[in-house]
Amino acid sequence: MAILVNSDSRVICQGITGRNGTFHSLACRDYGTKMVGGVTPGKKGASVDGIPVFNTVKEAVKETGANVSLIFIPAAHAKDPILEAVDAGIQVIVCITEGIPPIDTASALFTVKAEGRHLIGPNTPGIISPTDACKVGIMPGYIHKPGRVGVISRSGTLTYEVVDQLTKAGVGQSSCMGLGGDPVVGLSFVDVLKMFNDDPETDAVVLIGEIGGTAEEQAADYIKSDFKKPVVAYVAGRLAPPGKRMGHAGAIISGGAGTAQGKIKALSDAGVTVVENLTMVGVAMSKLLEVK
Amino acid sequence: MNLHEYQAKEILASRGAPVPRGALAYDPLSALVAARNLKTEKVVLKAQIHSGGRGKAGGVKVLSMSDDIRSAAASILGQTLVTNQTGPEGKIANCLLVEEAPSIDSEIYLGVVLDRASGMVTVMASSAGGMDIETVAREYPDRIFTVQAHPLRGLAPFQARQVAYNLSDKPEIASQISRIVTILYNIFVGYDCSLVEINPLIISGDRVLALDAKINLDDHALFRHPELEKLRDRSQEDIVELSARQDGLSYIRLDGDIGCIVNGAGLAMATLDLISLHGGAPANFLDVGGGASEQVVSDAMSILLDDARVKVVFINIFGGILRCDVLARGVIKAIKSRGLELPVVARIEGTNIAEGLELFKSSGLPIEIIPTLDEAARLVVQKARHLSSAAS
Repeated sequence: MAILVNSDSRVICQGITGRNGTFHSLACRDYGTKMVGGVTPGKKGASVDGIPVFNTVKEAVKETGANVSLIFIPAAHAKDPILEAVDAGIQVIVCITEGIPPIDTASALFTVKAEGRHLIGPNTPGIISPTDACKVGIMPGYIHKPGRVGVISRSGTLTYEVVDQLTKAGVGQSSCMGLGGDPVVGLSFVDVLKMFNDDPETDAVVLIGEIGGTAEEQAADYIKSDFKKPVVAYVAGRLAPPGKRMGHAGAIISGGAGTAQGKIKALSDAGVTVVENLTMVGVAMSKLLEVK
Repeated sequence: MNLHEYQAKEILASRGAPVPRGALAYDPLSALVAARNLKTEKVVLKAQIHSGGRGKAGGVKVLSMSDDIRSAAASILGQTLVTNQTGPEGKIANCLLVEEAPSIDSEIYLGVVLDRASGMVTVMASSAGGMDIETVAREYPDRIFTVQAHPLRGLAPFQARQVAYNLSDKPEIASQISRIVTILYNIFVGYDCSLVEINPLIISGDRVLALDAKINLDDHALFRHPELEKLRDRSQEDIVELSARQDGLSYIRLDGDIGCIVNGAGLAMATLDLISLHGGAPANFLDVGGGASEQVVSDAMSILLDDARVKVVFINIFGGILRCDVLARGVIKAIKSRGLELPVVARIEGTNIAEGLELFKSSGLPIEIIPTLDEAARLVVQKARHLSSAAS
């Protein structure tokens, strides 16, 4: 089954006729994703290597039965396409765009949540479910291997690094996703952990955190109280310079959290295997699964 | 982008928030004239730099009119102030804000931020004004009062009143605070800020005054406010960080000797951690971004080759959108135009890896390609250590 996207996902791309939209729509299709359409206002009737283009998301959904959207729209204009996807009934929205003004994301996210949909990102590599051959994002498909470990991360290339290690250690993945690197993003660690908890095809999870905000601390609380599967974690940014107040705002409110040390401690206290050396994540997970 | 205190106060005053009377001075004589023009007993000279913690660094001086104001001004102007927020290189004080120094009955903290976890604009207030809000959060978390603005409806007047009456029981004071809270919220939303802060907001008799103010603008939303670009003060920004940003790079200067080029912020942070885990010290954080071009990679490489502190260059790339062949071309281009006197260790993986490796090989340049990340990081640290012991 995997989580969020699977072999039943019918995917459209908003911004399909742009350079990145075209490249990645075709790369997703090559991987096995059902890319059923694209949207660029004014380009109805065009075709991107056989993928039909529509003027509006509503029209695309009506004609193709799409339920997932992949967004490649420049940051200054990215709020409206998210709202358009919600309006058209899209269930899972994956927003790749980086650098959307956080206040725009925050107001779009309010509507996404009110309508009970899922937003992945912005500034995410997307999501991939290797067992279902479904990739909705920009990650290199070939490093993944079908299997039973879930991967959640706040980063892009750091996720690739960890997935590559897992695959090389013989550990396949059920679903891998990046939550997004922007200050305000849709799904959180806790949201996704809940999905993995309920997914019969996921046996264990790798969680990759980084400094700033309190998402890792909240994940630790949830893992401690309700999560039933083993977790391996890595937290980036121990050496982040103080004074560069990266993502500091969220940390202030919750009482000075946000440092790598604080996050590592919270996760360790919740029973998570926290790996200090990034290059040991794959090995740690493989050992954990052997013991089980 | 950060604003100076005086710029923040001008914005506050233009919206109707009360700030102390004052004037700017760029030289000691003007500071004296500005102080006399205030026609008051006590004045304060405040260095205008992009940093908090100025008082401890000697950047704030409270004086009586009988004191030697010119000398006091001269002792600040032109100085590089090192505070707990500037890093060891400090920030230059080119200008002073000369203000009346009102008597203080009590101090309040007011701030507006976007809370990442909830995605809501949040007003924070505390009766522990004058302290860092971080310190208050750590030591007196129950003294912070917050309200969150509705994402679509904004901050309601009753919420501003909740904040105000939490800080003062006196209706004439609370109504002033309530008005200021609304002004702060409107500035935050109207200018797309990442932080708007008054610390402290003082109560002086029946007056409420913003004694210090800070406005930080969100860089991602500056395109909506081109008129604010003229408020930028380049003397307060790190030149290398600034030029890197213009090239589409994300660069932060650190204290070590290992120059790093990485793609992706998460992997870049993890690479610094790995170097430090093996006992090395990175000279910088440098993220070339997900979809860097050959030119951007070449610019990044040039920054490291131009940095006299760098003893070894470490390239760690996991190609996704950025293809390994594009990376290799950029690196080779920079080295060919600048020359290479430093050892370079590279670990590359991902999209078009074979083409990338072939380009490095055929270039004939002495770049060591190490296939595994851990091994590459160890080698880089070892080389840096060897070179620094050879130098001393």
